[in-house]
Amino acid sequence: MKTYDMAELAVRNLRESILRNSLTTVGISVGVASLVAMLSLGIGLQQLAGRRLQKSGLFDTVVVTSRRDLRGFNRDQEENGPAPAESPALTEDARQKIAQLPNVLEAYPDIRFITELRFEDKPYLTMMAGLPFSAKNNDAFDGMQGSFFSSDTANEVILQKSFAAQLLGKTPKAGSDEPSVTELAKPLLGKQLTMRYAERTATPTDAADKKDAANSPGTAYSVVSREITLKIVGVCDLDPDSMRGQARARIFMPLKLAQDLHVMQPSDLRDTTNMASGAPAYMTVEVHVKSPTQVQAVEDAIKKMGFNTFSIVDATRSLRQFFAVLDLFLGIFGSLALAVASIGIINTLVMAILERRREIGIMKAIGASDGDVKGLFFAEAGVMGVFGGFVGVALGWTIGRVINVGTNVYLKRQHFPPEQIWFVPWWLVIGAIGFAIVVSLLSGLYPASRAARLDPVQALRYE
Amino acid sequence: MPTSQGKSILSDSIAIRTENLCRHYSMGEALIRAVDGISVQIASREFVALLGTSGSGKSSLLNLLAGLDRATSGTVVVEKHDLAKLSREELAKYRLHTVGMVFQSFNLIPSMTLLENVELPLRFAEVDRDKREALAKQALDRVGLSARLRHRPTELSGGEQQRASLARALINQPRFLLADEPTGNLDSQTGTEIMNFIREFNETLGMTIIMVTHERTLAERYASRMIFLADGKLVGDQSNVASASTRQSSGGGL
Repeated sequence: MKTYDMAELAVRNLRESILRNSLTTVGISVGVASLVAMLSLGIGLQQLAGRRLQKSGLFDTVVVTSRRDLRGFNRDQEENGPAPAESPALTEDARQKIAQLPNVLEAYPDIRFITELRFEDKPYLTMMAGLPFSAKNNDAFDGMQGSFFSSDTANEVILQKSFAAQLLGKTPKAGSDEPSVTELAKPLLGKQLTMRYAERTATPTDAADKKDAANSPGTAYSVVSREITLKIVGVCDLDPDSMRGQARARIFMPLKLAQDLHVMQPSDLRDTTNMASGAPAYMTVEVHVKSPTQVQAVEDAIKKMGFNTFSIVDATRSLRQFFAVLDLFLGIFGSLALAVASIGIINTLVMAILERRREIGIMKAIGASDGDVKGLFFAEAGVMGVFGGFVGVALGWTIGRVINVGTNVYLKRQHFPPEQIWFVPWWLVIGAIGFAIVVSLLSGLYPASRAARLDPVQALRYE
Repeated sequence: MPTSQGKSILSDSIAIRTENLCRHYSMGEALIRAVDGISVQIASREFVALLGTSGSGKSSLLNLLAGLDRATSGTVVVEKHDLAKLSREELAKYRLHTVGMVFQSFNLIPSMTLLENVELPLRFAEVDRDKREALAKQALDRVGLSARLRHRPTELSGGEQQRASLARALINQPRFLLADEPTGNLDSQTGTEIMNFIREFNETLGMTIIMVTHERTLAERYASRMIFLADGKLVGDQSNVASASTRQSSGGGL
């Protein structure tokens, strides 16, 4: 029999006992739907986590320190690298070289200093840090009140929530609810702060005088006390500086501004005592890499230059592993539903053989071959698989969407921003339909060959 | 020609030949000899009636000739086909092209219309779609059912159903028509109608007819030869001279 005739006959046979075959097809659909819903949620959660990580800026960042500082995070590097005194200093030259490495988006120095701030005539001593303009997309600013810096050199600051509370004298007592960011931001936004700081200015040196004291020029500098007025533009909830817990800053200014101020840094003093170099050096440089997968290569390149590096790329690896296992389990649960559905197909077709024994006998008597009968039952299983697959994908898509909407309603009630926790990629759609058809055909294999083997004489005798 | 049976064989070539044909079933511990050593030769264009009481093995013999069942021992050769040597696939082809079958209970597929039922063997023969419908209509027209194309078998009388199954048996232009009690479920008037069609196929299309029946009068009236079976054995074989005169008397009416 021709394939087209086979399919046509299969469809009309399925229509004959429409109720039973529809129920079987619904069974397949539910199996496919649960598979699609489970996997789309798994994939969606994975993407959500991926987006979060990307935004946090943790996993595509390499922290570079000079070996001289002995502040490395990695003991191994300290012990096996070149002697601290011989390794290069983390100067502006070094930063530019790092920024030029392949796959590096940007390399910016970490500038932070303890400074005195005056707000409404009261002095506060706190840690100030420079924030690169690219940090704008950091998820720490998701719940921020006010706005990000207007430019990279604007005289503006963003406050950390706890510092804002301190400025307003609203330090929360233990056990009581923390004041919300909105509450704290209202009286502060647009207000001015005065910062007093020590500027390091290079002193023109007399080469002859200094010859014995130091090997390189520029060692000499003087420190001048200065003041600058800064405008509060934002109050943020989370800590954009979460990577370095001990040196946590509570107020942030644009990085470029911080650099231009030439604020005296703790390392300057130590360099002076070490007498190693007179050029200003950074304590740490943060390097942003295009994607987490390239972190390792960039790290290796920077190490070759003689610096210590640190990244938490290992953490992403275990996270990816977690999601692979999660997807696997969700897939197994989804497939279980499909397995139950396939038993439904086998049952339906075996029942159909019993019911249609006589019909099979007639077909054989008038010239149907074993292959014709087998193909017919096989085609019936396949048609149920095709329908079940399509309906199932639609159903699974809907279920995923409903769960997504429900989750967002819940998130909204908890005052969180909405999230896309469900995602159906095209390969899942095609894969699920294909899987449904394959499972249906496999389920049809046994009933079809059983129908083909039926003895026509006995089948015709059957009433 | 190595034969001693019936005068008609001398004038026509042998179409069917069985030698010591046996079909035994085991039912529990008992061995049932449904067909037990039958040797017979049937010429082309003969109209043979297989007669016997129920359980005499006449239907079993017909199933063996139709290629629906396989012999336990002995040979059955239809034209060039030694049925024992055919594969399952070849046997299906044989049933499709060489023989047409009619049954006592019509055996039309209830979920299909008459047209679809008659078309079905053409589907198995992989005939093109548009050709199929034309051929099926033509066959149904031949048995006077042009007005019933879209009806389902259950909507028709027994006689109409049997006529449709005749149309189905003819659709692939087989050279043999095997009929198993074709009038058994019909009243005598409709039975006559069906028998007249079968006779017409024999005379105008030149088909070889083998009809199982237990009605001797029917056999005497239409068949050119009567073979009697009892307990799976051949117990009588006679040519039927009487049918010739019946043919002439009723021939004008057709």
